[in-house]
Amino acid sequence: MSRTLQAPVTVAFDYTRSTGPVLGRFLTGLHDRRVVGGVLADGRVAVPPPEFDPTTHEPVTEFADVGESGTVTSWTWVSEPVKGQPLDRPFAFALVTLDGADTPLLHAVAVDSPEAMATGMRVRARWAEEPTGGINDLAWFEPESADAGPSPTPADSLEEDLTGIITPVSLDYSYAASPEESAFFRGLAEGRIVGQRCPQCTKVYVPPRSACPVDGIPTEEEVELAHTGTVTTFCIVNVPFLGQQIDPPYVSAYILLDGADIALQHLILDIPAEEVRMGMRVTAVWKPREEWTTSVENISHFAPADEPDADYETYRHHL
Amino acid sequence: MRDVAVVGFAQRQMTDFDGSPTCVELLVPIFAECYEQTGWTRKDVGFWCSGSSDYLAGRSFSFVSAIDSIGVLPPVNESHVEMDAAWALYEAWLKIQMGEVDTAIVFGFGKSSAGQLRRTLALQLDPYTMTPLWPDTVSLAGLQARLGIDAGRWDEAAMAEVVNRSLTDAEKNEYAVRSGGSSIEDLLARPLYADPLRKHDCAPVTDGAAAIVLAADDRAREVRDRPAWISGIAHNTDGLQLGTRDLTRSGSAERAAAAVGGLGGVEVAELHAPFSHQELLLRDALGLAGDTRINPSGGPLAGNPMFTGGAIRIGEAARRVWDGTADRVLGHATSGPALQQNLVCVMDSATSGGR
Ligand SMILES: [Zn+2]
Repeated sequence: MSRTLQAPVTVAFDYTRSTGPVLGRFLTGLHDRRVVGGVLADGRVAVPPPEFDPTTHEPVTEFADVGESGTVTSWTWVSEPVKGQPLDRPFAFALVTLDGADTPLLHAVAVDSPEAMATGMRVRARWAEEPTGGINDLAWFEPESADAGPSPTPADSLEEDLTGIITPVSLDYSYAASPEESAFFRGLAEGRIVGQRCPQCTKVYVPPRSACPVDGIPTEEEVELAHTGTVTTFCIVNVPFLGQQIDPPYVSAYILLDGADIALQHLILDIPAEEVRMGMRVTAVWKPREEWTTSVENISHFAPADEPDADYETYRHHL
Repeated sequence: MRDVAVVGFAQRQMTDFDGSPTCVELLVPIFAECYEQTGWTRKDVGFWCSGSSDYLAGRSFSFVSAIDSIGVLPPVNESHVEMDAAWALYEAWLKIQMGEVDTAIVFGFGKSSAGQLRRTLALQLDPYTMTPLWPDTVSLAGLQARLGIDAGRWDEAAMAEVVNRSLTDAEKNEYAVRSGGSSIEDLLARPLYADPLRKHDCAPVTDGAAAIVLAADDRAREVRDRPAWISGIAHNTDGLQLGTRDLTRSGSAERAAAAVGGLGGVEVAELHAPFSHQELLLRDALGLAGDTRINPSGGPLAGNPMFTGGAIRIGEAARRVWDGTADRVLGHATSGPALQQNLVCVMDSATSGGR
């Protein structure tokens, strides 16, 4: 058995970005199959146009169209492309100085092998079929000498400059739980709620922690906790959001399991939201055993226990 | 200015990725080593500062769980930078200069193996014109390496020499995740990975963590006979636009070196150069003399935990002062694409008053 539990995790989010007048102009140009450079204080033309001059730090306000062909000033071979790169087969990344520009643009060059690349070679832009108003509207560069067929027909020009773009980001991870968390998740797969005790302050944490925040040492001794507990605090969720699994209103609560020194967050169901209260005694409702995995979702929710409310003194130190 | 010294240093660099330790797991024993070296308890530490990245961890506020390992109840004086921990050290040094505290522990950590490191780092580029192309770290370094080769500033043999020396020196470093020198010919015979780079030209993907202890004045003298007194520390950055930078040089490294009055007399320099050609570039930009000993630890080509690799250079350099090997050393750190940001930390065996 592996020392710790591991699972694939994908973190993905779309950034909505305002472009401002300089990048808006550049990206609008790419959409219309033109490359727009910015004129620097010393008269050089930079592509992409920077929002401010790198030397004087003055705003860049003058623009100049440059060519869609240019010269490779440096290149490297991408033998193992990663997700999201312009090509999903081996290709070159290159610095390309377009005709009429003085600084190079970073982009891909589509060729079959590194032998087809050389510093000083001539390349031309290959435009994307469907422009979206982003750097990927310039799909990649290809050797000027190559007969790659006609470029796609130009799309209609935008009437006004772009003011915003959406850039999706998606990253894949292999998440490894700590040994202490792994003990907790493995316990859940057996229908047990496992905490650990700090050897110094004797507090019981659930899920157990790699270090006690009071003493900075790992928790050690395993403690099996009751499936009953007390609501210390809660909130009623009224707001719908992406990915929500239960129709609002519902209650998300901190539940101090009997025997634990830190509350666990979970749902309170089987009771109208407005009747949930601090001090309410609750009990874990488990999913059917055949649905259990190593997840806290094995506990479907907590439901009211048939017990009087807990005395405030029993949980006031855990608020 | 107060006299501030590096007086403690502990590190871990992991070779094993399968369920390799979490950062908290690594940090607990590292702090224990720092307490042992200093004779302190956590209550002697005036300020804590860390360097790490949520993008590397794949979870938000990832540094919050890491600070459990320092014991944060009751609350401690603590801060964080989304940079190599060398920049956290700079913040701590300032905090001590301001007289707010006399001691600090600076730490960095990163589990690079959780994601695909060279891809994850595309998130530190310009989000409009670069990140959507997902240019990976190795490709950007490859472009830089070829520019220098074409300009005659270095060649593949010089790059292989850097690799051979680093991996030979790494044999004596128990924390190195890659070691073992061979010969220039053998290295050059190996296949290209990101033409003109071979795999050995690129620092290995490394999980790890490290901590450095700073102390002022007599607090430092109590800990060590030869504290590594920080006589100059500065950092500088180059612009965001890759195309407007001269990638064969490092203006920011030159400016940082100038800000500490130059690096004359440095006997040992630990340079944070994650790619072999970057060591050649940095030696030149920093104006290091020919007889300066570079990266006796093996350097980043032997192990390069993200957000810690630069801080480790400072720690390794400080050790040369503690053990009497050198009187004047340099720790250098970099962050950002193709050496965009650079920090220099010069340390001496004597304080400026004593010299
Ligand atoms: Zn404790």
